Amino acid sequence: MKAWIKPVTLVCLLGLAACAQQPQAPQQIYDPYANTTSGALYQGELAGGALGAEATAQYFASSIGDTVLFPSGQTTLTGEARSVLTRQAEWLNKYTNFNAVVQGHAEETGTREYNLALGARRASAVQEYLIAQGVAAGRIRTLSFGKERPVETCSDEACYAKNRRAVTVVTDTGPAS
Amino acid sequence: MFRELTLLLALGLATAPIAPLPAAAQDGPLRIEITDGVVEPMPIAIPDFFGDSEVAAKIRKVVADDLTGTGLFREIPSDAHIARPGSFAEAIAYEDWRAVNAQALVTAEVIGSGNEISVKFRLFDVFAGQPQGDGMQFDARAGDWRRAAHKIADQIYTRLTGEAPYFDSRVAFVQETGPKDARIKRIGVMDYDGANILWMTDSSSLVLAPNFSPDGKTILFTSFDSGFPQIRVMDVANVTSRPLTQGGDSMAFAPRYSPDGRWIVYSLEKGGNTDIWLMDSATGAQRPLTSSPSIETSPSFSPDGKRIVFESDRSGTPQLYIVGLEGGEPERISFGEGRYGTPAWSPKGDMIAFTKQLGERFHIGVMRTDGSAEKNLTESFLDEGPTWAPNGRVVMFTRVTPGGNGQPRLHSVDITGRNMRPLDLDFAASDPSWGPLMP
Repeated sequence: MKAWIKPVTLVCLLGLAACAQQPQAPQQIYDPYANTTSGALYQGELAGGALGAEATAQYFASSIGDTVLFPSGQTTLTGEARSVLTRQAEWLNKYTNFNAVVQGHAEETGTREYNLALGARRASAVQEYLIAQGVAAGRIRTLSFGKERPVETCSDEACYAKNRRAVTVVTDTGPAS
Repeated sequence: MFRELTLLLALGLATAPIAPLPAAAQDGPLRIEITDGVVEPMPIAIPDFFGDSEVAAKIRKVVADDLTGTGLFREIPSDAHIARPGSFAEAIAYEDWRAVNAQALVTAEVIGSGNEISVKFRLFDVFAGQPQGDGMQFDARAGDWRRAAHKIADQIYTRLTGEAPYFDSRVAFVQETGPKDARIKRIGVMDYDGANILWMTDSSSLVLAPNFSPDGKTILFTSFDSGFPQIRVMDVANVTSRPLTQGGDSMAFAPRYSPDGRWIVYSLEKGGNTDIWLMDSATGAQRPLTSSPSIETSPSFSPDGKRIVFESDRSGTPQLYIVGLEGGEPERISFGEGRYGTPAWSPKGDMIAFTKQLGERFHIGVMRTDGSAEKNLTESFLDEGPTWAPNGRVVMFTRVTPGGNGQPRLHSVDITGRNMRPLDLDFAASDPSWGPLMP
């Protein structure tokens, strides 16, 4: 129990309104600024904004670009996709404490199972490119959602084009070894 | 003359022929052919069943719904009936039934005693003026009254069509809720007509494409519960599941049982490439059936268990191929325009149903196992994934409507393309897998 006292005090000192209004269950309380002298590692809403740091998943998604698109039925990388992936590789090579899962997706036309296989091919094409750019193979896994997780829901090419994609999701695995 | 019980059934449903009525000389049974191109539904009279009125009415309705639901029978409304028999044993007033143009007549009696019911029925060929087949009695637990009704309807269907029965069967499926970009899915099992739904999984992880075992006791499915697609097997009675494949760097999906349940054929993805693999369901030993840089998926066993039809894009577009259990060079069977997928070998062995994409339209179609006599049964924005009724005369599939609010619905259609109808469900559902006829 004692271990919780200090964080609670800390949060209240930072002036969070929720703390003053009602006591919260201990497991819901955390201090995003703990263990740092500045807001640099804060990964909440400010990340990616003026105070954002490069070494965050959000920075990767919004500033590096986590998504590459594929032409209909295709699994080979376009020139545009390769330039995005080159940036992804540079970032991954810089921040080696992050691992990546590449999620492959397909548009809704096509059967569920074929599209699962198609998404796997797309994810694999991204994985191979990142590895060729020097990212350690052990840091990248692949996964396919087929047509199960569209990002756009209309039944037109405008949406299909955005759904034929591979998304690189990075996760901080802790301090670099 | 009352013969002994011929069968004792798992759910306590027992069946026995009851005393046959004296039969006149027959010159061929009353018969309706499913495979005819155009069929005028056979007029059939199903007057109120005798016995406990509430249960009798419920059973009568299920029998009538089963039969008319095939599109092969038209029920003569009861207010048109002339004959008003006073009991199940009473002699049939054939003239009265001929007068309302009933070709077939069903009579039945429900006897209830506490937790058990007995249902007796007879079928008559009205114009021949004679019974068609023996009368039969089904004993069931009161809670299984629907199964008793399906058994009776199956008997009638079989006697009048010459085809094997299928009403007393179940279907595994996926229920879909939530918005299109964040669908929540869970696997359910229901009677073929949408009744008696049981939920097999909760909504905590994405699940796809269940496949009923040939004995109806287990269901194979693909689950993302580990974060990555892997195959699990569900014990239907206990509603517990366990993984059949392990993660690592590969993805396993599209599992299907062999007709004897001994093998599981499925897709395994390694390094982005998907091939067909075979697993011994007892030992878990696995070996590849195809080895190609193209996508191979959606396998389906032939009813003799010796061959597998699957979809492959090795030619550049998805097409259908057949390979033997020992592997070797697959033989292509689809040569029409368009993209072919999700082949399903009919339990009768005579046909393969498939999904076909032609231009921007989807079809459910059937072809002979050599690829000849191809025929589209349906057309829509997106039809997918046919599964066969146990008698190989009806397929169920998923129809998806377009747009941001598009929803999947289960539909069925018979092999002539007639009688396309949605299942009566009050929720969106996909990926049906038709289980076996129950004993």
